[in-house]
Amino acid sequence: MIASVVLLLVAGFLPASSGAEMAPEDRRSGYEFMSAQTRAMQDDEAANPATLWLLDGEALWIRKDGRADVSCAHCHGDAATTMKGVAARYPSFDPKLERPLDLEQRINACRTDAQQAAPFAFESRELLALTTYIARQSRGLLIQINVDARLQPFLDRGRNAFERRQGQLNISCAQCHDQYWGRKLAGNPIPQAHPTGYPLYRLEWQSVGSLQRRLRNCLAGVRAAPYPFGAPELVELELYLMWRARGMKIETPAVRP
Amino acid sequence: MSTRREFLLAAGALVLTVRPNTSHATTAAMQEAIRKVVGDAQINRGKVKLDLPPLIDNGNVVALSVSVESPMTPTDYVKAIHVFNEKNPQPNIVSVQLGPRAGRASVSTRIRLADSQTVTAIAQLADGSFWQTSQDVIVTIAACAEEIS
Amino acid sequence: MARAVVTVPPRAKRGEIIEIRTLVGHRMETGFRHDNLGRSIARDILTQFVCTYNGTEICRAELFPAISANPLFTFTTIAVESGTLEFKWTGDNNFVLNETASITVE
Repeated sequence: MIASVVLLLVAGFLPASSGAEMAPEDRRSGYEFMSAQTRAMQDDEAANPATLWLLDGEALWIRKDGRADVSCAHCHGDAATTMKGVAARYPSFDPKLERPLDLEQRINACRTDAQQAAPFAFESRELLALTTYIARQSRGLLIQINVDARLQPFLDRGRNAFERRQGQLNISCAQCHDQYWGRKLAGNPIPQAHPTGYPLYRLEWQSVGSLQRRLRNCLAGVRAAPYPFGAPELVELELYLMWRARGMKIETPAVRP
Repeated sequence: MSTRREFLLAAGALVLTVRPNTSHATTAAMQEAIRKVVGDAQINRGKVKLDLPPLIDNGNVVALSVSVESPMTPTDYVKAIHVFNEKNPQPNIVSVQLGPRAGRASVSTRIRLADSQTVTAIAQLADGSFWQTSQDVIVTIAACAEEIS
Repeated sequence: MARAVVTVPPRAKRGEIIEIRTLVGHRMETGFRHDNLGRSIARDILTQFVCTYNGTEICRAELFPAISANPLFTFTTIAVESGTLEFKWTGDNNFVLNETASITVE
């Protein structure tokens, strides 16, 4: 509440979006803006609450489901091997649907196509657990989004969404996260908004949540109507953010304030 | 139409629509909670070490460690550690029963703090004495009063 | 559903002080929050934690709403003998959770 009032006051003084992207060497993970205690929570699996979701994800990976009565492991074997690197290159282009899918949508596509099971609801415990488990297999690897001609228009739309002013507070993502990162907003440092650790345990949520949940919170924060979960606008924004964070390490499951 | 009257009416309406504060424990409530545990005994200062970050990312999850200087022998040990606060809706945070089997009087957990405030830890020793220490913390994003997002 | 993660060193020397870390999945709903219609959300917390070592109680904690969701609780004990550590959490709405860990003490 206080944050949005401060944003309102600050928004009036911010220059119009300049579209200037930050230099690659200036990029820093949200990890570096946290206190030592919160970092310790992320680093120690025994203390990271997301471990509970990881264990659930591990159980779901080997659970048979759907009319086909097969588990993820049936096709994909040992996740530590087969899922290594996957989260680092998502969102990725789906040739059948001719648009990018994020990891959550990819998992649900597998459920409906291969397992012939109902898709998990967005932000459900199962979907978060499975996404966290799969993304964890890329921990430590560098984000690698390869943009070809097919993906370019979606990336451009994501970039436009990031750079244009929106909401009643009329601020763009770029203004806070490209220009004003590191400065304080209502007493807390503004991070650069690199989605290196999703799904992550957010102290504010006291739960693991997805990048889309965080983006919806951001949109509500500038008083814009948040897109529904799974909306193409959110996937495009995810794609742009991951591309913007290319070369940075995956930290899933991260902890953030 | 009197602008002064209009202003007073508007101001009155504003006051009525402002939500009252969530009730929170006062220092008095904390003192009462402490008395329930300690009774009339005198509380000494010292022996207890409270580890709380002075500036907190988010009041929903604050790392807390309490340790007490004690040899933890069968005759000289820490029986219990109690932690209190003064501004959450409730004064108690946690109460831990230990014994000589602990080896060390040292516990950690993660707590919620609803405001910048003073946290107090009290150790109860086997000989019946009580020891306390307090620490002030600054909380920018509060727990307990946040609505669901 | 994974409910708890307990971290106990699998082996220890006799007389060594070991650290035990417990992480339990629980919302710890304080009872002080409201939903977006202003309705109060009922309290639902863990209220007690007990740890026994081959049947002898070595640690007990009373928990209040001020404990964060998915509580982490770390404490110590002397590795006296090989055996089983038992952990039990109880709480509102008849919540009960048990977990065990083995330790070899040489």
